[in-house]
Amino acid sequence: MLKHLFSSHIALGFAQAGIAAALALVVLFLARRRQIHLESEIVIALVRGITQISAVGFILLLLLKGPQWTAIIMLSVMMVVAASISSRRVKSIPGAYEVSLYGIVTGAGIVITLMTLAGVIDWAITSLIPVGSMLIANSMNSNSLALERFRSEVTGNVGQIEAALSLGASASNTVNPYVQNAFRASLIPALDNLKSLGIVWIPGLMAGMLLSGSPPIYAAIYQFVVIAMIFSASSITCLVSTTLVRKRAFSTNDQLVLRPVPATRSL
Amino acid sequence: MPDSHTPVLRTEHLTRLVGSTPLVNDVNVAVVRGEIMAICGPSGAGKSSFLRLMNRLDEPTSGTCFLDGMDYRQLAPRELRRRIGLVLQTPFLFPGTVADNLRFGPSQRSEMVPDSVVAHLLLQVGLTGFASRPVTELSGGEAQRVSVARTLANSPEILLLDEPTSALDDTAKRTVEAVIVDVVRANKLTCLIVTHDISQAARLADRAMLMRAGRLERIVAAQEITHA
Repeated sequence: MLKHLFSSHIALGFAQAGIAAALALVVLFLARRRQIHLESEIVIALVRGITQISAVGFILLLLLKGPQWTAIIMLSVMMVVAASISSRRVKSIPGAYEVSLYGIVTGAGIVITLMTLAGVIDWAITSLIPVGSMLIANSMNSNSLALERFRSEVTGNVGQIEAALSLGASASNTVNPYVQNAFRASLIPALDNLKSLGIVWIPGLMAGMLLSGSPPIYAAIYQFVVIAMIFSASSITCLVSTTLVRKRAFSTNDQLVLRPVPATRSL
Repeated sequence: MPDSHTPVLRTEHLTRLVGSTPLVNDVNVAVVRGEIMAICGPSGAGKSSFLRLMNRLDEPTSGTCFLDGMDYRQLAPRELRRRIGLVLQTPFLFPGTVADNLRFGPSQRSEMVPDSVVAHLLLQVGLTGFASRPVTELSGGEAQRVSVARTLANSPEILLLDEPTSALDDTAKRTVEAVIVDVVRANKLTCLIVTHDISQAARLADRAMLMRAGRLERIVAAQEITHA
């Protein structure tokens, strides 16, 4: 119906975005009736989302006309921003930004580089940036889950950790179980995606490929390729970040510095 | 009985600030070998904070502590914590059996603890036959005695006890008190015990440090504790 009302793709896109946002505002209204006040967070998130993704669309439009190497700059900027967003969730962890940056750059960076060199990801900007951004975004989500889980496990077990420290245990030994739990928890979404692929959900990339006329079998297999790459990038990211973060929880004299902080309402 | 000539532990202007709030403020004290020193004072006096500084779970903002004449900052924290054992207010036993807990400290240095040593440690705290018992099946008093034995397994020279009987009923409290005196004397340990219970301090200690608002107000002999 909307297609008949709008002649340009941009106008049509904004109209569709407006309807999707209106649905989110209905959810906001329902939450408000249950005394759950998320107004400012949701409105800011919606405005940020549409602004950011529109900007990316315009930048992509410019990049498509530019040299190939600009994709590297674009992906690098994405990783820096992803690390910043991820680290904001765990401000109480000293050096959370550096840990997130090293994790995401290593995890997403290795997979993007190897897969591009192997020809699994097309070197064309129109392929490299969307697929690369998916890997970076999922690495960011897994990193956030890993660090948040680590923080909550450590701050919830201060007594056990200090009991072990007081008996002469090394700092890293005292948090080993919590590092393992954090790593396992961070991979749950990526693992569930792999398990449910094609049964519970048909991912957006496959839908996009089908819409653009790719053969269904190839679109399906390539979706598996992308999900498997996401799993690898997320795993490497979390391996690196959980390895680095354990040291950040302690001072150089093996004293626990990661402590509980008062809960806040922000999402 | 204490050897009054040999200070084994001495603090020098020991201070810990959090922000601008002093938790421990310029404390100077010498504890002699074999002595039981009680640390008394109201809530917020800095008793537990002082004990944490001794075990170096927290870092002094200024001042330091000397162990056998050596600045404790020159010792690796793990070695210091083996030599100055800390028993926390809550036992925080690790999952597994009583024996697993007793073996924890030495295992951090790749040292084996034979069954005979485990049995001897349990004998000292009055828990003979408890080695294979899961820690989930222990009462509060038993758990605290396992916590004492777990610290003793590291062969410390100094034993720090942070209100070890505060969560126990009277019967369990008296049992743990007897265990503390026995193990300190039998192992020729020096002991610092935090307590808010003046009568407990009088029963257990040779001397008592009286603290208020992070400061050491004075040190009194055992017979004067109840009058302080």
